[in-house]
Amino acid sequence: MARRAKSTKFRRNRNPVTWLLRHAQMSLSSLGRLSRNPISTAMTAAVIGIALALPSGLHLLVDNVSQLSSTWDGSASISLFLSEGVSDEQADIVRKQVALRADIAETRLIDRDQALEEFRRLSGFGEAIDLLDQNPLPAVVLVRPQNSVQSADAVAALARELQAYREIELAQLDLQWVERLGAITNTIERAVIILAALLAGAVLLIVGNTIRLEIQNRHDEIEVVKLVGGTDAFIRRPFLYEGIWYGLLGAAIGLLLVLSSLYLLDGPVQRLAGLYESDFALAVIDPASLLGVLFGGPLLGLAGAWLAVGRHLAQIQPE
Amino acid sequence: MIRFDNVAKRYATGHEGLSGVNLHLAPGEMAFLTGHSGAGKSTLLKLIGLLERATRGQVWVNGRNLNKLKSRDIPYHRREVGMIFQDHRLLHDRTVFDNIALPLVVAGMGHAEVKRRVRAALDKVSLLKKEKVFPITLSGGEQQRVGIARALVSRPPVLLADEPTGNLDPELSREIMELFLQFNQVGVTLLVATHDVELISSFGKRIVNLRDGRVADDSGGPA
Repeated sequence: MARRAKSTKFRRNRNPVTWLLRHAQMSLSSLGRLSRNPISTAMTAAVIGIALALPSGLHLLVDNVSQLSSTWDGSASISLFLSEGVSDEQADIVRKQVALRADIAETRLIDRDQALEEFRRLSGFGEAIDLLDQNPLPAVVLVRPQNSVQSADAVAALARELQAYREIELAQLDLQWVERLGAITNTIERAVIILAALLAGAVLLIVGNTIRLEIQNRHDEIEVVKLVGGTDAFIRRPFLYEGIWYGLLGAAIGLLLVLSSLYLLDGPVQRLAGLYESDFALAVIDPASLLGVLFGGPLLGLAGAWLAVGRHLAQIQPE
Repeated sequence: MIRFDNVAKRYATGHEGLSGVNLHLAPGEMAFLTGHSGAGKSTLLKLIGLLERATRGQVWVNGRNLNKLKSRDIPYHRREVGMIFQDHRLLHDRTVFDNIALPLVVAGMGHAEVKRRVRAALDKVSLLKKEKVFPITLSGGEQQRVGIARALVSRPPVLLADEPTGNLDPELSREIMELFLQFNQVGVTLLVATHDVELISSFGKRIVNLRDGRVADDSGGPA
């Protein structure tokens, strides 16, 4: 009797509309479950938020600094400080001589009066300058090498050649600090990536552990659902959605932290930029990091939940 | 509907729950499973609901060889086997309605249909007025009836009950058993494990007695 011919296939519900509907219901009920424990939910989300805010905030900072250094166009300029006795006419001759060289793209003369004027304006020692009876500043020729002279060594060699001119007291490379800044930002950038990876791991563990506790709390429920024919996917789903919600809430908190830090930094940075006679302003968060946090958070939450669910749901079997 | 071919179950501890059981229940048949505790009643029911797997022999339910059922098919198998427990296994943070609706919800049934079916199941166990209360506020007999309603709400062809009256007084026990007899009348195959031999002898149904993991006596078995 039991072996009579009959289809042994089980009927499975594969209607995509009901499937979507069930997912929507499940995601909302997971959110509802989280909202019933607002304090613990907020604390978990805040930890995730801080973990996400740290790397994205640092990334933003590095981004801003490298923007600052890239306004030098990557090309180094050389300041040629002329000797003290060189007159403005002689200075212009020097400039023309230098400009004739094939490896020089552009030259500009800042004569002694201009230099004084600029110094008076920027240094804040204007009144002290007025007390001097003669201009202590030398004339300066600003030189931008051809683009063909690119490497730091080549530029340095050029500077040494220029320094050999009799009228030139000092050929100072402006490249150095730009390079150093670049190296520093590169280092920090790398550190930020490492930090981001570590904190992403932390988010995984936080969500994983939270979901693990949740699974333990709902042990009986999971058992009963398995008894009445709930599939693993059905049982997994609310926990995965919880992970996603944790990630999303964390991402929102993280963004809020970054944006409010930007807001707090904006005033001081503007003042600092003003002092450096720069119109530099803090860039607002770039779309890439914005999307990174908004999608990365939920993705990490999902992954963390998946880790916990994969490990612990199989252990719960009805008896 | 249910067939055991020389089935043995040995637990990891070395304890032998069943050793060589042969049993056949026709569709629509009802049988009581008796025996001392430890005789293998629960083990036999667990094998049917796939809470355990047989270590030897074959178990057939509803035309399917359970030995060959993949793990991912177990949930679908359990939807065809309603299970009732001595300790009810109700969820105490959910209302009576939500408890009974659970098998339908996990099967993805629509809301209106769930409502209709849960009401019908509540009506069968005479608990229509209790759908909004939490199980903890109900008496033991009422909680057991909620458990029964949950088992039958998805209209499974097979119902299993493991000591369903274990904690109830004789009068309530008789009520519960008579409920099972009603289900059997509408064609459900039932296997009820109980130690209450006195009670069930009055129903005139088949009684299978287990002893030390074997069928010792079967009032309706093959000659």
